[in-house]
Amino acid sequence: MRPPYFLQHLAKDLRLEWRSRDAVNSMLFFALLVVVIFSLAFDPTRAESRQIAGPILCVAILFAAVSALNQAWARELRNSVLDAHRMTPAPAAALFLGKVIANFIFVSAVELLLAPLFAIFYNLHPLGNVWLMLLAVPAGTWAILVNGTFFAALSIRSRNRELLLPLILFPIFMPALLGMALATSAVLSGETDPTWWIELLFGYDVIFTTISMLLFDLVLHAED
Amino acid sequence: MASVVELESVSKLYGTFVALRKISLHIEQGRCCVLLGENGAGKSTLLRMIAGLIRPTHGSVRIFGEKPHDSSHRIGYMSHAPMLYEEFSAAENLRYFAALYRERDCMSPEEALAAVGLDPTLKRPVGHYSQGMRQRASLARVLLAKPDLLLLDEPFSNMDAASAKQMLDLLAGLRIQDKTIVLTTHQRELAEPLADSLLTLQAGSVVSLVERSAGVQR
Repeated sequence: MRPPYFLQHLAKDLRLEWRSRDAVNSMLFFALLVVVIFSLAFDPTRAESRQIAGPILCVAILFAAVSALNQAWARELRNSVLDAHRMTPAPAAALFLGKVIANFIFVSAVELLLAPLFAIFYNLHPLGNVWLMLLAVPAGTWAILVNGTFFAALSIRSRNRELLLPLILFPIFMPALLGMALATSAVLSGETDPTWWIELLFGYDVIFTTISMLLFDLVLHAED
Repeated sequence: MASVVELESVSKLYGTFVALRKISLHIEQGRCCVLLGENGAGKSTLLRMIAGLIRPTHGSVRIFGEKPHDSSHRIGYMSHAPMLYEEFSAAENLRYFAALYRERDCMSPEEALAAVGLDPTLKRPVGHYSQGMRQRASLARVLLAKPDLLLLDEPFSNMDAASAKQMLDLLAGLRIQDKTIVLTTHQRELAEPLADSLLTLQAGSVVSLVERSAGVQR
């Protein structure tokens, strides 16, 4: 039995990144920069850290993800590989899903590397159920990437695509950013229950993943 | 014989710029049509339109009696760019694309590479190939899915005389298999022996259509 199309695309993206490490290197550098600069700028106490660390983590992930998303379709644009994709019988949604999952793996790898540094720089001792972070952060990351990969594809034919992507992405991502920041803050401070925010993130993910997959065929076959 | 390509009064405008002007063309199965013209004449635009990559502003395009998008899996399109991932070798690229054309009876990547004279065991990534090798790897990608209609944009460019001759022999072999070929070139003398018709474009309009055998009508 042959693997589904999206796994073919995923395997391709993982192999391409393994050979170049372009996306992971740029994201890691960018996220580290955000974390270090904020920790030096604020010099927070332990209590303050619990309040601001969640939003700073979300901003670091957001900016790092955008730096990778700007390059998400670069390999397909180079040498007009995207035209070859447009002519294959494989469904467009599979190309999109493979790309989102690949980006999710890259960003998650950066998050895993970032987590211990983050705890050290912000002297973090979470008071809530820390395991809920394993739901909140991946759900928020998926929300950035599913929208970001879609809008990156939408803007690839624009000359100002690197400016256009955050301009389109940030307003749409705002509810998920809010959910992610408040859920992580709630886990770190232990003052409120993050469950509702995590549910919101999962709901957001389901809605935007479905819409993006349904519309991607139109985006892929749009003319220059 | 069935018409593979049917263009009816096709025009393409980019803003006020007219890239193609009222072009009508019918190409029957197993024929080879060569598009000639200077740079900017509209050859590549016409080829991309037949491939379904751009839509006409006016007129209609039917490929195998369907919209180009619906029959794109039966079309092999080779553009100026190789349409391959630079970080992969030619064989890796072809294995990947073969998996996407799984519903068609594909050639093996090794067969396709051997057909264009490339070593299937070559591990070097496509980004390190010479222009001529990229051109061949691109043609191997086109041949992989055994398309019924081949659209080749400048297939002889960047090729030495021996490679061009090999390419011509390959295309002649495909014609024997009843494949339909539309190609653009600046090297008229190379493509002429292969052509059933020679269509010359200038500023988006057809200026001449020479039919060398039955099967193509203006």
